[in-house]
Amino acid sequence: MNLDLSEEHELLKQATREFAEGEIAPGAAERDEQARFPSELIPKLAHQGLLGIMVPDEYGGSGYDTLSAAIILEEVARVDAAVALLVGSHNSLCSGHILAVGTAEQKRRYLPPLARGEKLGAWALTEPGSGSDAGAMRTRAELKGDTWVIRGDKQFITQGSTAGTYVIMASTDPTLGTKGISAFIVPRETPGLVVGKLEKKLGVRASDTAALHFDDMAVPKENLLGKVNEGFKDVLGVLSSARIGMAALAVGIAQGALDEALSYAKKRRQFGKPILEYEAIQWMIADMATENEAARLMTWYAASLRDLKQPFVRIASEAKLLSSEVAVRSASKAIQIHGGYGYLKDSPVERFYRDAKLCEIGEGTSEVQRIVIARELLKPA
Amino acid sequence: MDFSLTPEQESFRQSIRQFAESSVAPIASDLDRKAQYPADVIDSLAGLGLLGCDRDFVSYVAGLVEISRVWASLGAILSVHNSFVCYPIARFGNEAQKNKYLKLLVNERQLGCYAFAEPAAGSDAGSIQTTAMADGDVFVLNGQKLFVTNGRQARVAIVYALTDVSKGREGLSAFIVDMNTPGLTIGGTAEKLGLRAAEIVELSFRDCRVPKANLLGNLNQGFAIARHIVESGRIDIAAQAVGIAEACLDASVDHAKERRQFGRPIAEFEAIQWMLADMGTEIDASKLLMYRAASLRARRPDDNRLTMVAAQAKLFASETANRAAYHAIQVFGGHGYLAAYPVERYFRDARAMTLYEETSEIERLVIEHELAK
Repeated sequence: MNLDLSEEHELLKQATREFAEGEIAPGAAERDEQARFPSELIPKLAHQGLLGIMVPDEYGGSGYDTLSAAIILEEVARVDAAVALLVGSHNSLCSGHILAVGTAEQKRRYLPPLARGEKLGAWALTEPGSGSDAGAMRTRAELKGDTWVIRGDKQFITQGSTAGTYVIMASTDPTLGTKGISAFIVPRETPGLVVGKLEKKLGVRASDTAALHFDDMAVPKENLLGKVNEGFKDVLGVLSSARIGMAALAVGIAQGALDEALSYAKKRRQFGKPILEYEAIQWMIADMATENEAARLMTWYAASLRDLKQPFVRIASEAKLLSSEVAVRSASKAIQIHGGYGYLKDSPVERFYRDAKLCEIGEGTSEVQRIVIARELLKPA
Repeated sequence: MDFSLTPEQESFRQSIRQFAESSVAPIASDLDRKAQYPADVIDSLAGLGLLGCDRDFVSYVAGLVEISRVWASLGAILSVHNSFVCYPIARFGNEAQKNKYLKLLVNERQLGCYAFAEPAAGSDAGSIQTTAMADGDVFVLNGQKLFVTNGRQARVAIVYALTDVSKGREGLSAFIVDMNTPGLTIGGTAEKLGLRAAEIVELSFRDCRVPKANLLGNLNQGFAIARHIVESGRIDIAAQAVGIAEACLDASVDHAKERRQFGRPIAEFEAIQWMLADMGTEIDASKLLMYRAASLRARRPDDNRLTMVAAQAKLFASETANRAAYHAIQVFGGHGYLAAYPVERYFRDARAMTLYEETSEIERLVIEHELAK
C-alpha cells in the first residue's frame, strides 16, 4: 500500500498545474464574466495532450490512465472549472464512449480529430423530460434502409453548439424503455442536426451548453455506436467513469478555494493581526483541507479501481457525492473568509462558489448518487 | 499509487475479523456494561499477534479496525499498549531497555500504560507539574497523573515528568516505570460514558524513585518523544473510529433490511437510504485517510507530512464515527436507544474518539499550522 502519487503522476500534476496557471488562469475571470467560450485555448489544450487524455497513442491521444485524467481535471478546475468541464466532457463522455464500445473503424475515423482538437466532442443523453430517468427518453431512431432517421430534442448538452462530433442516445424500441436505447455517432454537418438555444447559467458560464433538435436527421447505419438496444448499459458505464471526472473537477474547485482563502487569510489584517491567527478562520481552513484531502483520495481510489478493472461503481458515486458537496462547502467558506470582498466579481472565490454548484448536479445529482450507493450497500452479501 | 493490502496483510485482517466476530462480539456488550476488563481476550489477542509493535503498521491498523468494530474498549486497550508504550520503547529505548521491557510487554504479555495528562495539563504540555529530580542513581518522581488507560492492569508505565522546571515542556523527560515501584499509587477508577471496559485511573507519585537507567531517550527529550508518539497514535484513534463507524453501518444495513413498516422493509425508504449512503461515503473516505497515514508511517516514519496526514485522518474519522453512530440509532428508532442493541454502545464509544489523544480542536490547530507553514 502506498497512497503517494508515483513520480510519473507527480510530474504530470506539476506540468498540468504550470500549464493551467500560465495559459488558462489569466483569462478565466473575463471569460466567465462575458460567458465566452474559450476557443483560443483549444489548440493549446490539444498541444498539451488534454483533448485525447485516455485515447491511445495509435489514435493520436496521450494514452493516459484514469488516475492521470483525474489529476489533469483537478489541476484545470483549480483555476477554471468551465475549461475543466470542456476537457472532462469532451474526453470522458464523447471520446470515452467511442473508446469503450466503438468499432476499430469508428475509433480510427473519429478519435484522432477529437484528440488533436480539430473537432470537439459532445454527448447527448438528457432531454427536456428526462435526465437520470433515461427510460423516459423520447428521441426516436428508426432504421429505414441503410439509414437511421432520428427525431427529437436534447437539452443541457455541453459543447452543444461548438462540437464537431456528437454521440447521441435515442430510443430504437420505445416499448422496451431503457432496454430499447441505442447510441449513434453524428458529425456536426449532418443535415437535420439543429443547434437550439444557448443556455445562460449560474456558473461554468464560459462552458457551451445548448439544446439540440433533430429534424429527421439521417445517420448512416455504420454510425451506430455499440449494439442496437444495448446503449443504456454502455451509457451507465460511461457515466460511472465520467463521475470520477466530475469528482476530480470538484476537488479542483475545492483546492482553488482553499488556496485563495489561505493566501487571503495570511494577508488580511484585522484588529492588529492577520485573520489567519483567529481560530474561527483556522477552523474553516482546517476543515476545508481535511475534507478536500478525503475527497481527493476517494477520487483517486475510484480512478485506480477503474484502471485495475475492478468494480468501481459505488466508490465513483461516493467520490462524486463527497467531492461535490466538499466543493460547495469549501467555496462557501472561502467567501466567508474573504468577507465582503469574496462577494465581489473581482474575487475568484465568487466564481468558484457559482461553479461548484454544477458538481452537485451534473453526471447525476447528489440524490442519484445516494440511490446508487444505497443500492450497492443493500445488495445481498 | 497502490490502495490494496498485500495478501499477507489481508489474511491477517481476516484472521482478526474472524476471531473478533466469533469470540469477542458475543461477550462485548455484557462485559462492557459491567466495565469488566477482558483479561482472557487480551491474552488471545496476544496469541494472534496483536500485542506489540513489530508487525507492519498497515496490518496493525487493519487489525485494530476489526477489533474496534466489535468492541471499541478493546481497541483502546490495545492501542495504548502498542502505540503509546511498546512503540516508544522500541523507537527511543536503548538495547537494555528493549531487551527487558519489550520482552515483558510482548513475549510475556504484560500490559503497558502511559501517564501524560494531569489535572491542569492535557494538550498543553507546558502546564505539566509532575517533577523528576535527579538524586544519585535515581530520578525522584512527584506529582499526579489522570486518564491513565490500563493503569490498574499494567506492569509497566511510561511517565512524562519535568527534569528541568525552568524550561516548560522542553524540560520534560520520559521514564519507563515499573508499576510496583514504591511511591507509585494507583487511585480510583473514573466512571465514564463509553469505552467502559478500558478502565482509566489516576496515578500519584510520591518520592517514587526510578533508576536513571530507565530514562527513555535523552534528558529533556520527553516532549519530542510525546509529540512523535501522539502523531502516530492519531492513526490508532482513526482506526478505532473507523471500526466503530463500520459497526454502525453494518448494523444499520441489517436492521433496515429486516425491519418492516408500512408494508415494506424500511431500507426501501429514501430517508433510510440517504443515511446509509452518507455513512458509507464518509466511512470509505475515513478509511482512505487512515490508510494514507498508516502506509506513510509504515514506509517513512519520519516524513514531515505525517503530522498533518495523521491529524486529518483522526479528525475526519472521529467526526465520521459520531455521525455514523447518530444515524445508526436513528435507523433503529426507539430500539436503538435501548442497551439491548449494540448501537447504543457504539454511540457512547464514538464520543471518546473526538476527545482522547487530542480533541478535534487540537487536530484543527495542527492541520492549520502545517498548512500555514
